[in-house]
Amino acid sequence: MLKRTALFSAHQTLGARLIDFGGWEMPVQYSGIVAEHLAVRHAAGIFDISHMGEITVSGAAAADFLNHVLTNDVRKLAPGRGQYTLLCNERGGVIDDLYAYQLSQEVYLLIVNASRTEADVAWLKSRWNDFPHRNDVLLTDASHNYSAVAVQGPRAKEFISACVAGPSISAMRVNHVTDLQKNQIAGFQFDHGGVFVSRTGYTGEDGFEITGSDKAIEHAWNAILQTGQPFGIKPCGLGARDTLRTEVCYPLYGHELDENTTPPEAGLGFFVALDKGQFIGSAALLRQKAEGAGKKLIAFKMTEKSAPPRPQYAIRAGGASIGTVTSGTQSPSLNVGIGMGYVPPHCARPDTTIEIEIRGKSFPAIVVPKPIYKRPSAAN
Amino acid sequence: MSNVPADLKYTKSHEWTRVTADVPGIATVGITDHAQHELTDIVFVELPEIGRRLKAGEACAVVESVKTASDIYCPLSGEIIEVNKSIVNDPALVNREPHSGGWFFKIKFSNAAELDSLLTPESYEAQIKG
Repeated sequence: MLKRTALFSAHQTLGARLIDFGGWEMPVQYSGIVAEHLAVRHAAGIFDISHMGEITVSGAAAADFLNHVLTNDVRKLAPGRGQYTLLCNERGGVIDDLYAYQLSQEVYLLIVNASRTEADVAWLKSRWNDFPHRNDVLLTDASHNYSAVAVQGPRAKEFISACVAGPSISAMRVNHVTDLQKNQIAGFQFDHGGVFVSRTGYTGEDGFEITGSDKAIEHAWNAILQTGQPFGIKPCGLGARDTLRTEVCYPLYGHELDENTTPPEAGLGFFVALDKGQFIGSAALLRQKAEGAGKKLIAFKMTEKSAPPRPQYAIRAGGASIGTVTSGTQSPSLNVGIGMGYVPPHCARPDTTIEIEIRGKSFPAIVVPKPIYKRPSAAN
Repeated sequence: MSNVPADLKYTKSHEWTRVTADVPGIATVGITDHAQHELTDIVFVELPEIGRRLKAGEACAVVESVKTASDIYCPLSGEIIEVNKSIVNDPALVNREPHSGGWFFKIKFSNAAELDSLLTPESYEAQIKG
């Protein structure tokens, strides 16, 4: 039996096509992936992200525990600030990628991938068990308490404050939701127990993620669709979420990331604070830094007309297979085949010519810098 | 609601076949309105080569939407005699005009009896409703 979010009947009413995503029955599209994708790039879109997991970590030793299990340095945070970070095993392989927010002095909120929530909680509990100051750390899987939506796109900031009114009452203190800066989070009064709003997302556009009780998020979904309507908002499914994140080269767990891939191999070395002292995986990551990574994640564009690249297609160069596509699609913004994949480091430099094998035939592609799509400057 | 023209024959795998009295022995093949609606945004079409001999039910073309690639099956046995280059240059034409400008190929069929095993508009409509 697939799990359903609190917005399930809203999706049905909107005529969504539903699929199994990590055990959840989720909308893959409403009006169509391209229309939804372009709405987010040029106006706004709203996504149900209630399937994502929420884990709270609190107590006097919460920061020490998080710095022991996560790769980024939580000491860079302050109440109301969040950071992208990774949970690694002893080999430096990625168990999950996530956002860690500091809500108050000793309280942290982790937002993790739906498909990884169970694995994350099991891993964290077992590490907690070995942690010397575990009595000063309270670890709670709060996923069942929360639903969430993401409101994304350049026009989101024009109507979000009409849906969630300021001033904030916890975490970052701001008068309006739109006063939040990138990666900041604040609690706001709202129906049914209040909501957290963060200025984050998975699309490469400006936007907000709203987390709260099932009832609060049902209310928020309806209010945002209504208020955003004159601004061109569309309900968006996982299909558009995938093409949007692929264009800006955000990794997706199970595609670019797994337990045999390290953050630097995935191009995420920036989120590994090797200078913060020992943490789980740091020895392996230091060794890899000295010896060099075995593979590198590249972004590429097809250079001639071809079918879109897809995950698992072979990447070839010089007549030999050199790697595998991890994500690939037809870019709705650029109208060209794009993708990401792993190759040996010496083949990873931008402008390197490669080939993608599609149904037995090789088609030329070129390694490009990440992100593949850049939004027009903020002045627009 | 999908359009199911009464003058076409259908397959379970959502291809349509048109045979007209003025060109006997030649069938035009495409994908149904229902299929294009299910696939949504078609971004790429790969067509069979002219002269290729096919058996009924053989995979012979590919349509790709943003999300996925799908095989197209030949409804009749025979030889491909013409393909629609317009949908290669403008794949969205399949979405806009699935039963007319968005046709895929013409086949000179070798066994007219196979036409009788294709679905009538009524049975195809019942299938896509069910």
